[in-house]
Order: sequence, then C-alpha cells, then structure tokens
Amino acid sequence: MTAEPIFPEWRNRSLDDALYECRELFEDTTFPTLRRWRERGGKIVGHFQVAFPEEIVHAAGLLPFKVRGAPIETVQADSRFGSYLCSILKSSLELALSHIVEMEMFVTHPICDAARNLGAVWGRNVSYPCQILYLPQNANSPHSAVYLRGEYDRLKRSIEEISGAQVTDDALRQSIAIFNQNRRLLRELYQIKNETPWQISADEAYVLVALAGLLPRAEHNELLETLLPQIRARNNHSKDKVRVVFEGGFCEQPPLDLIRNIGRSCYVVDDDLLIGLRWLLEDVVVDGDPLANLAGAYLEKSSYSPVQHDLRKPKEKMLLERIKKSNATAAIITAAKMCEPGLEEQVAYTRALDAAGIPYFMGEFEENMTSFDSIEIQLETFVENILFA
Amino acid sequence: MSDTHEIVGRGNRDGARLFQHWFNQLNHTAETGGPAAYVFVMGSLNELLRVFDLPIVMPEINSLQTAVRRVAHEYLNQAEDYGYSPDICGYVKADVAVQLRGGEHPMGRIPKPSLAVLTNACNTYIKWAEIWERMYQIPIFTLDVPGTRAAGKQTWPGDADFENDRGYVLAQIKELIGVCENVTGKKFDIDRLRENLQHANVMSRAWRRILELNRNTPSVFNALTDGTIYLGVSNGFRGTAEGARYFSDLVEEMEFKAANGIGTMTDEQYRLIFVGVPCYPIFRRFNELFSEWGGTFVNSTYLWFAAGGVSQGYEYDLQRPLESLATGLLIYVRNAMDSMFYQEEALAEMIDPFHVDGIVYHPIKSCRTVSTGLADNRRALMASRDIASLFIESDMMDRRVVSEAQLKNRADAFFEGLASRRLAAR
Repeated sequence: MTAEPIFPEWRNRSLDDALYECRELFEDTTFPTLRRWRERGGKIVGHFQVAFPEEIVHAAGLLPFKVRGAPIETVQADSRFGSYLCSILKSSLELALSHIVEMEMFVTHPICDAARNLGAVWGRNVSYPCQILYLPQNANSPHSAVYLRGEYDRLKRSIEEISGAQVTDDALRQSIAIFNQNRRLLRELYQIKNETPWQISADEAYVLVALAGLLPRAEHNELLETLLPQIRARNNHSKDKVRVVFEGGFCEQPPLDLIRNIGRSCYVVDDDLLIGLRWLLEDVVVDGDPLANLAGAYLEKSSYSPVQHDLRKPKEKMLLERIKKSNATAAIITAAKMCEPGLEEQVAYTRALDAAGIPYFMGEFEENMTSFDSIEIQLETFVENILFA
Repeated sequence: MSDTHEIVGRGNRDGARLFQHWFNQLNHTAETGGPAAYVFVMGSLNELLRVFDLPIVMPEINSLQTAVRRVAHEYLNQAEDYGYSPDICGYVKADVAVQLRGGEHPMGRIPKPSLAVLTNACNTYIKWAEIWERMYQIPIFTLDVPGTRAAGKQTWPGDADFENDRGYVLAQIKELIGVCENVTGKKFDIDRLRENLQHANVMSRAWRRILELNRNTPSVFNALTDGTIYLGVSNGFRGTAEGARYFSDLVEEMEFKAANGIGTMTDEQYRLIFVGVPCYPIFRRFNELFSEWGGTFVNSTYLWFAAGGVSQGYEYDLQRPLESLATGLLIYVRNAMDSMFYQEEALAEMIDPFHVDGIVYHPIKSCRTVSTGLADNRRALMASRDIASLFIESDMMDRRVVSEAQLKNRADAFFEGLASRRLAAR
C-alpha cells in the first residue's frame, strides 16, 4: 500500500549493524513495523501459526502479520483461559487485548485443539472479524485440493470485505511471484546454514526468517537480497561444533536466547522453526488459476509438521530424512510446554531416532523462559558426549 | 404402580445391560481375532461401518471406563513410562496402555483395530490414530469435516460455502467405502445403509425429545449421571435396531415420568447446567457435591458434543442415503464442535425454558478441545445474563489433578451463593 519502507533502519549499514537492527526489530515487543504500516493507512490481517496463504492477503493490499506470540506479560489474556495451556495462545491474545497490535481481521487454524478455540475467544473480545481457516486434515483425499480451492476463495471474499476491493487473479499472480522470490531467498538462507553454518549463527538466521512475518514481503525480499551475499562473503571459519537438526519450533517459538545458546555449541543445520513461513518447498505456479495453484502447492509441495496429517508424510520418517539431507549428526527434539501435538510427536521422534542410532537431546521450552543455565549445561554435556565419544 | 416400577429406571437398567453386551461382543472379537473398527464419539460413522459388520470400538469410552473403575492411574503410569507426557490427553494414554497390554481392559479384552476412522472434531483424534497406524500398520481414515468458521456464521444447504464443505465430506465418504470394502472383503450395500440411517433417525429424534423433556419440573433425568448412560448407548448402538428401540423406550420412560411428576431426585432444589466433561476418577462423589445440596443437572454440553452433535436433530433423507449422510455428518459434527467452541448463546437460550439456577463449568487438564475457551465463555455469558456460575478444574482421567476437598469447598460456596440469591429474590 506504500512504497516507503517500514523498516529502513538496516539500510546502508554494515552487515553486523544491519543484523543488529534486524534483531532489535524482532525483539521489540511493541511491533514498530506494524504500527508504522497502520500510521500510513495500511490494514493488517493477523494469522496464527502455522501455514497460511499470505498471498491472498498481500494481493488485497493488506499486510499479513504472522501471529506467533511474544515474550510479554499476559496480564489480560490469563483471565480468558484456564490452566494447562501453552503460552503462545495467551501471549498472542494479549497482543490484541492490550492493543499492542491493532488489526482488521484475525484468522486461526485447526492446528490443535487450543488454537481452534482461539478463534472463538478472540472473536468475543475484539470488534473486528475473526475466523478459522479450515485447512484440510485429509490431505490424502483426491478431493482435498478442490475443497481447499473453495476454502481459499471463501477467505478471499472475507478479505475483500476488509479491503473494500476485489482481489483479481492478476493481483494474486503478482503476489505469488513476490512470495516465490521470498521462498527462493529463504531456501538460499537455509542452504548457507547447511553448507557453511559458520557464516551465520542460528539466532541470526532465525531472526532473518522471522522478519518475513513483520514486513511487506517485497521489503523482506530486498533485505535478504542485500544481506545474503554479504553473509556468504564473511570471513568466518569452521569450528568444532556438532551439526544438529532442531525440531519442535513449528508453533510456539523458543526464546531467541535459547536459540543463541544452542548455537554456541551446535551448528543448527536445519530446523522447523517458523516452518509456516517456509511451508511451501517449491515455487507456486504463477499461470492459471492462482487459488487452485496455492491449494495444490499446500497439499503437494509442502513441508511437514506435527499439526498436519498426511499419510504420505509420517513425521518420524520426515525427521530422519531431514537429518540425513542436512548431514546432521544429532537432533534436538523439543516441544513447547503444554503443546499437545508437539509432546505427542516426541514419542514417535525419539523412538525412530533410537532405532536409527541417532543421538538426540530432548527438552521442553516456553517462550517466556529467561533462565537457560540448566539447559546449557545439559546441552554442553550432550555435545561433549558426541564429540569425544 | 406396576407401570411405575417397570418403566422408571428402565433406561438405566437396559443401558447397563446393552453396555455389557457391547463389551462382551468386543471381548469375543478379541478372542476370535475378528476385524474391528476404532472410531470416536464425534463423527463415529456407525451407520456406515455397520454395513460392513465391523464391530465398533470406541477408545474414548474404554478409557473413561478405566477412570470410573478407578484403575486409570495404572494405565496412565504405563503410558508415561513408555514416553508420553503427563501433559497430554489422559484418554490417549489409557488407550496406549490398553494396546501395550494386548487389549486387557477392566470390562474384557479389546480387539486390535483393523481400521480406524476419525474426524477432525478433536485434533487429538488425529494424533491418537497415528499411534495405531504406527503400532499396527492399519489403514487410518481421517474424515475431515470443516467446522463453523466464526460465531454465528453457520452455513446451510444451498449456500456455496456449505456446498463446498459437503462436496468434500461426500467425496471422503465414498473413499471410505472403498477402504471398508478392502478391509472387510464385503461389498457395500446401500439398502443396509438406508436401514441403518433409519435406525439413526429414530435415535436422533428420541435424543432431541429426551433433552426437551428435561424442561419439566422436577427434571426427569440427571444429565451428568443418567445422561452418561444414555450417551454410551447412543454412541455404541447408533444405526442399530437395538439402539433405536432403546431410545424409543427411553422417550416413553421420560414422558411417563414427566406426566406423573416423577423427578430424578426426590427433593430438587437447584437446576443446573453442566459445561465440560465429567470428573470420572470420582464420578459418583463428583455428582454428590451437587446432589447433596439438592442440585441436579438438567442439561449439559457433554450431552451435545459427546453424542456427536445429534442433539441438533437432523434426520437423514432415506431416498438419497449417501448425500444425506454427508449432509448429516457435516451438520452433526459441526454442531458437536460448536457445542465446545461457541456454546454461550445456546446456554443463554436454555436458562429460561429449563428454569436454570446456575451453570457449572468444569474444564479439565486432559482435554483442551473442550476446556480452552471455557473461562472466556463464562465471562461472556455472565456479561449477557444474570446467572450464577461455578468454575472448577480437575480432570476426566488423572486423579493426581483431582482435589476432592477443593472441589467440595467451591461447590459448597456456590450453593450458599445460590441460596442467598434465592432469599434476596423473595
């Protein structure tokens, strides 16, 4: 909606300074880029984890904002929920209740029983529309692509009511092209992580991905197009660290300090952190029916997570493939506290890893955790056991 | 007088008998090694699966039975030793232990699954079925039923969005028929489906009528205790002649009680609605916390969602069985989900016709589907209606998070508040 960048701070800075600005933006729980977008007259559609067809929102000229919680105090949201729930649910709602993030629409998904409830809870507490996008849970039905195309069309009509204008097929195709470019850049970032992990730390890479959920995608593309060549050109050297895959960051996000801590002793060569932003593994076809293309890509060219059921993608098999493809030595298997799908999947993951003889470190995290001493010591012991075995 | 003795309490007696009969059959199947279908209460598709003569196993009911029979902790501990977290659904863990024990269960042996059919009404169903897939390498079929997208935005036949959902459900039903044919080696018989749908229609009509009859003062059944028996029969015998007969008899019993002023308790003082899932580890005592004060539950959201949404009352069109099954499944399962996520309006509408004095919210650790939104739901309802409410937390399976003393304190204070309100109103 505006050609003016909403995140200009990184421009014309050295790589280290630019990465510092990126981290500052990521850690700023006042969400300044969203505020600037709205100050310029822009509208925002918040979408909860995991996968979401952001192209449809983008094509309407609105900003898709990835709602992924935040390390904030859940002063008001606590009273809306009972006990035994994950933190992301509460902190995400807190963003709305405390007016930290204003938006025109909120969309959640039936990724888990708590997230599905979030649509109703959110809707009772705000004046703007809230809805559930029913992504198919039977990805193996030949009819699921037809259904999903219809569901995306329904979402498009809801978004048109917010934007006040029709979303044309041409606008959708342009958005798909911009997001395809973003997907290519994110794949390149992960290629750097994998091939030369000493060039970029785990937390730096994570922040660069996360900013996709806070910026217009063309602006995020510009950021990555500028920084990735500089990262490749860094004069860093390989260190004696264990190559690991991090699993368990598909919804609630571990604190940045935890990722940094892991990066001190390990090279995180692949992960499922913010997997929704990298859900589609290949370019989406631009020509033809854009909604059908997006639906097809969701079902046929996508990653995996504990919250998508697809008989073709048993999660433990996919994890083993991820470890093999990334040439990792070990795995870090985590789950957010009270995250039912994550905790359930841990059993299948660890049994498969045991059978394959792959060492793993298992733990739980919470987005608000602030003490990492214990986990750091355990992790160092784990790494030493591998290095000096 | 002899009519009274014969009719009153018949539903509970026959329910217990049918329930035992069901588990005896399952035990027989387990002993003889026959095929069995694992299904869930929200969208069980009994009507279709019985066309293929598949015995129906409902692991949710198996699990709650371990809690009612006070052995759930043994099963939970075994599953936790296997690797499952204390923070996941207790039903899942109890079932994992049943499987690890080769089907050993307090009510007999449970057969292994040859097929699992589940809907997405509860996400845990999906994760649960994946466990069986890993254990037994059996076909699991997720029949995806899109739910209501936002409060008050239900769509109905003829609406483009409803038709998109129905087309998806219908296509999946046809795919499921193929899977059942493969598993059982039996050809699909549409006339048998028609017959099962007819039985299900009788049951749905009766279920709706029974719920309505509890508007009567005194109430004719307790939704928490008697209702759970009816639920068991509704789930286990849906689409069968036995189930239809049972529910026809039950309507007769409830109508008889209503006509003769026979209540479920002798001195009904307070009429309550129950929201959530019962506390099965202390099931009898839990009810006594309310009945000792003259409180009885005239309705519950449990009777809506745990019956798979049939309280909505949709009846199948027998001329178009498959299409109608798709429509019905969509409407039923959606209604079950609405009963958990968007129930505040339905609760508010029941307060006057059911002469409700208070609403008891009982979120549980084990079930986020039911429990996540209850605090906010209560807040919204209290903002719209002047009605007393109680919010107590425990669990449906895990006695480690059930504090009877704390529950009693809260219940006692609630009834003292109800008594004060009544005095003030005079």
